[in-house]
Amino acid sequence: MVLVYAESPKGQFKKSAFEAVSYGKMVADAMGKSCTALVLGNAENAGQLGKYGASKVVQANGAFENFDSQVFAEVIANAAKELGGEVIIVNHSSTGKSLLGRLAVKLNAGSVSGVNSVPTVDGGFKVKKNVFSGKAIAEYEVKTAVKVLSLMGNSFPPAESGSDVAVESIDATAPAARVTVKNVQTVDGTVPLPEAELVVSAGRGMKGPENWGIIEELADVVGATTACSRPVADIGWRPHHEHVGQTGVAIRPNLYFAIGISGAIQHLAGVNSSKVIVVINKDPEAPFFKAADYGVCADLFDVVPKLTEAFKKFNAANS
Amino acid sequence: MKLLVCVTQTPETTANISFNADNTEFNTAGVNFIMNPYDEWYALVRALELKEAAGGSVTIINVGPAANDTVIRKGLAIGADDAVRINAEPKSAMFVAKQIAEYAKEGSFDMVILGKESIDYNGASVGAMVAEYLDMPFVSFGTKMEVAGNTATINRDIEGGEEVVEVATPFVVSAAKGMAEQRIPNMRGIMMAKRKPLNVVEPVAFDDPTAVVNYTLPSAKSAVKMVDPEDMDELVRLLHEEAKII
Ligand SMILES: Cc1cc2nc3c(=O)[nH]c(=O)nc-3n(C[C@H](O)[C@H](O)[C@H](O)COP(=O)(O)OP(=O)(O)OC[C@H]3O[C@@H](n4cnc5c(N)ncnc54)[C@H](O)[C@@H]3O)c2cc1C
Ligand SMILES: Nc1ncnc2c1ncn2[C@@H]1O[C@H](COP(=O)(O)O)[C@@H](O)[C@H]1O
Repeated sequence: MVLVYAESPKGQFKKSAFEAVSYGKMVADAMGKSCTALVLGNAENAGQLGKYGASKVVQANGAFENFDSQVFAEVIANAAKELGGEVIIVNHSSTGKSLLGRLAVKLNAGSVSGVNSVPTVDGGFKVKKNVFSGKAIAEYEVKTAVKVLSLMGNSFPPAESGSDVAVESIDATAPAARVTVKNVQTVDGTVPLPEAELVVSAGRGMKGPENWGIIEELADVVGATTACSRPVADIGWRPHHEHVGQTGVAIRPNLYFAIGISGAIQHLAGVNSSKVIVVINKDPEAPFFKAADYGVCADLFDVVPKLTEAFKKFNAANS
Repeated sequence: MKLLVCVTQTPETTANISFNADNTEFNTAGVNFIMNPYDEWYALVRALELKEAAGGSVTIINVGPAANDTVIRKGLAIGADDAVRINAEPKSAMFVAKQIAEYAKEGSFDMVILGKESIDYNGASVGAMVAEYLDMPFVSFGTKMEVAGNTATINRDIEGGEEVVEVATPFVVSAAKGMAEQRIPNMRGIMMAKRKPLNVVEPVAFDDPTAVVNYTLPSAKSAVKMVDPEDMDELVRLLHEEAKII
């Protein structure tokens, strides 16, 4: 059986949970097995995970508002043992990354993190992920009976293949938390960067933080999350969590706008897996154009407002 | 405070990535190796700062072959007191974690500090494994860490924001950007590093649970399509009709 841990921060599933369950269903199909979703603590309408391919949804009762990898891993590993999980799937998120290694050790399982392919199972269990910052793809063989995978965000869209199922609850015995959460601050209302399908990103070409209005307006009209290059976060023009690239967040949205960003290799390392890249830069020699699908060579201060207007027109015509 | 810092080496970002003839091995010829930036800039430097503030020692650990000694010496030059190399090819995260944990459990370290991920295989896996082997709390992606007595307050990156947590020693923490500022080794540090102990320890037996069976290069991007700056409607049309992304 394939066991998917569906994250439910603040009692809500996000798109990533549906992605993980949909992926779990694909893995289960490849193996000729079924897919079970596991939810920790309260979650609104856990039965909806059935729509994404879970034939069974199991909810562990208990207080799981605050994250401690030791507590969560214990509950997930116990459930995996009890329910007979052969492949355990988590998201490649801050939560999932903190769990994968613990689950692997607890279950004597080989693990592959950040996978982006459906495993092949004939002649060994094999699955792929991007390595060397997207410059290559490696195929891993997992040799153990139990396997743990974390799924790279935006690799597979959530796919509806079934309908809501009844939720079974189990009582979870968990150790006491040793990590105490004091404070959580997230920007509400926008999709967090690692999950965003559309991203509008800007760099030092913006000249100063006071000019970001045109970027925010474009992002707003497109329905995108904003990001930035590293120097821009370093000098404090933009918040640190917006920084993408090798030392920042690695993302793979469907659409990435790079505005006034030169396209240094360390920046590309975090964004070159994006499906479509649009570059706006006034320098025709900017290296980013080589990684782009569409390019506009012009002054961003002229072109960005025009692009925003064009999107407004498009939205009006298509709503 | 006794601190253990895990460091690994990775190809430089600008390195040309190629493979052997049957695409089963990474071709290291002509590749320049560096200390993994998260380990060097953040994990190691924060450890040194904590030691400078409260006393104690900073030990570097690497699981790797003798070729890694150059990178380990650089860590000593930056300021670590001593180093240990577990003499084995690091072929899987679990193997590496097992070796680190075996060493760490004898040393009664207050903290094991790692980088948030290695920039070659981007595993972000070893930290949680070490913590599990040692039955210690694990705080990942720390961007700030203050220590008072035996309690650490750590800010960590989460999706779209940050979380502040408290944890008592001993624990395992992984370091992301923000934790410290890069330090460049000076001449004196480099000279002193030559005399600092670098102990080589043989690994404990452990089977790799995973193996890379082949590598491929991503398909080449087609050439960029340039759009007239005066015609942004055209760009929107292309994104809609050609790329089918909106
Ligand atoms: C080890 C290491 C790790 C790094 N990690 C990261 C990382 O994770 N992420 C990251 O982003 N960087 C990273 N960097 C830094 C990286 O090398 C570049 O320095 C950085 O990405 C450049 O940022 P930028 O493109 O915003 O600025 P610049 O390189 O200054 O580029 C600005 C661009 O804006 C264009 N421009 C200027 N004015 C206009 C205008 N009016 N209209 C249109 N275009 C205009 C210019 O032509 C230029 O191309 C790292 C560097 C190192 C050494
Ligand atoms: N071979 C190794 N030797 C020592 N530490 C390592 C090794 N590989 C990884 N690490 C540590 O584990 C962190 C995460 O690595 P990874 O899980 O491979 O992304 C790195 O930043 C290092 O601190």
